[in-house]
Amino acid sequence: MENKEKRNTMWAFLITGALALISLLYYQANPYYIYLVVYIWFGFTYGMMLQYGRFCFASASRDLFAAGVPRMAVGILVALMFFSLIQATLASTNMSTFHPAPFGIHTLIAGLIFGVGMVLSGGCASGSLYKIGEGNMTSFLAAFFGLCIGQAVFVDVKWFNFLMPQKWVDTAAAKVASGFPPAAQMTSSFDTYLAGYIWDQPTVRMSDAKAIQDAMPGNLKYFIGDSLLTALIPAVLLLIVIYVAYTRKGFLKKRAKQKGGAATGFSDEIAGIWNMITASQRTTIMGVLIGIVAGLHILVMKGMQLRFGIDNFGRLLTKMGHASDVSTSGTVFDPGYWYITSQEGQFGAWILEKFGWNMRDNIFFGVNNGLPEPWRNPALWMSFGIIFGAMVMARLSNEYKFKLPKGELIVWGLLGGLLMGFGSRPALGCNIGAFFIRVAGGDPSGWLYGAGMVGGAFIGVKFFNWWTERKMAKEMESF
Amino acid sequence: MAMKFEKTGEGKYMLDVCGYVCPHPQIYCKKSLEKMASGDVLNLVFDNPSSGETIIQMCDQAGHEILEKKEEGGKLVYVIEKG
Repeated sequence: MENKEKRNTMWAFLITGALALISLLYYQANPYYIYLVVYIWFGFTYGMMLQYGRFCFASASRDLFAAGVPRMAVGILVALMFFSLIQATLASTNMSTFHPAPFGIHTLIAGLIFGVGMVLSGGCASGSLYKIGEGNMTSFLAAFFGLCIGQAVFVDVKWFNFLMPQKWVDTAAAKVASGFPPAAQMTSSFDTYLAGYIWDQPTVRMSDAKAIQDAMPGNLKYFIGDSLLTALIPAVLLLIVIYVAYTRKGFLKKRAKQKGGAATGFSDEIAGIWNMITASQRTTIMGVLIGIVAGLHILVMKGMQLRFGIDNFGRLLTKMGHASDVSTSGTVFDPGYWYITSQEGQFGAWILEKFGWNMRDNIFFGVNNGLPEPWRNPALWMSFGIIFGAMVMARLSNEYKFKLPKGELIVWGLLGGLLMGFGSRPALGCNIGAFFIRVAGGDPSGWLYGAGMVGGAFIGVKFFNWWTERKMAKEMESF
Repeated sequence: MAMKFEKTGEGKYMLDVCGYVCPHPQIYCKKSLEKMASGDVLNLVFDNPSSGETIIQMCDQAGHEILEKKEEGGKLVYVIEKG
């Protein structure tokens, strides 16, 4: 045991040291790369926190439906509340990189597909990364084949043309005729979806709403509109609903036993909610920290952008002579905050290009996000950072275990990963980019995605309940 | 890969879900406990640390008692008495 601990500690130091060395080499190559190095270390920090808190968005609704355990749902809502307050502070000081997303029913549908996928694969987009860091290769299958390759293929093929209404096709064609997007990049079903539908959808941010602006001129609109109305009140209401539905009965029964009488007062209910919040301290504490770190991440990225006088890392790549990395707009995927799936799609596309697949003839990579080499892809380094941060934390707590998937897990990993990939693109984000970031930033479309994820998780859990019941019945034939 | 759920004695059961990742260990654990009588003891063997946190809370809420938690050769063993 002692040897194992020593070996794990050594690995943790080796990984951290290697990342520190890589960071120094980047800086030495060009000080502009400090922008990318910041992504690495925020990713690393997210990875450590996700692993320590067992922080997985799939677990939030799945464990509620499958086991009646609210641990993760509570953790996420706590993180959301802290993050929204910091986002409001940053917005009020003009230091936010947040931008709302197109609002529409597509967000709900995409969330539903993603929700089924995350239950099947055993982890959400961010959860899969931290689990890879723990040595879980089922999550690797989901992330590599679903989120990387699956997403890249999804945005570049015509397979879904039959789903595109004629109106979208006509709208997209009219835009091409007027000069944007370029005809050379209008080739896939996803291009039609973007140019024919998504670009015409309104974006909603509570602090931008006229009623809110009229009632609260100045910075109050960020705290009331974006934080209180969009994140804090819904999060508190959800905590109460979860308490009533899952833990209240058991808690009050225990409390009555301890008190030797009825536990029906208001203080008993408050104690019950507090008990639910603190039941898994490691998850709740990590929820608080994740909320704060995600806010700090925005602040630092905005600071970097101001320091270099840019709005996107693609400008620096071009200055450094890497024009082939960027899109026709001169940009690469550079969200300015925590994000997971788009960069993994870029990684998948980069691999497919090595096999001769032209991945730049579409809007997603060609016009919007570019296709940088992985070692010059800032957001992809954030994903690698998450994996390595989780690996270090798992090593330090002796929880690292390399596990190859076998049997049914290969099927669940691949299928779940593909559904997550297909469910994240139409909403332009996953559990982090389409839910967590948006809700905390005052964009109600995040709740649509969240509702979809919960619905999808419910379907996934129903399926697994049926599947496991069958297997249990077979096992119990012998006794 | 297969899970194992065996009756090892009077009121004693063993569930081995090693190799499985989330959510399988917690779902199999819940289903096994549902099929046991109050006072029966389950030896749960698994190797997915992320499931442990959920299983602990699930037992706490359902009134099951975790009599022992140990690690044996990279596997986690929880001994749970059904409440």
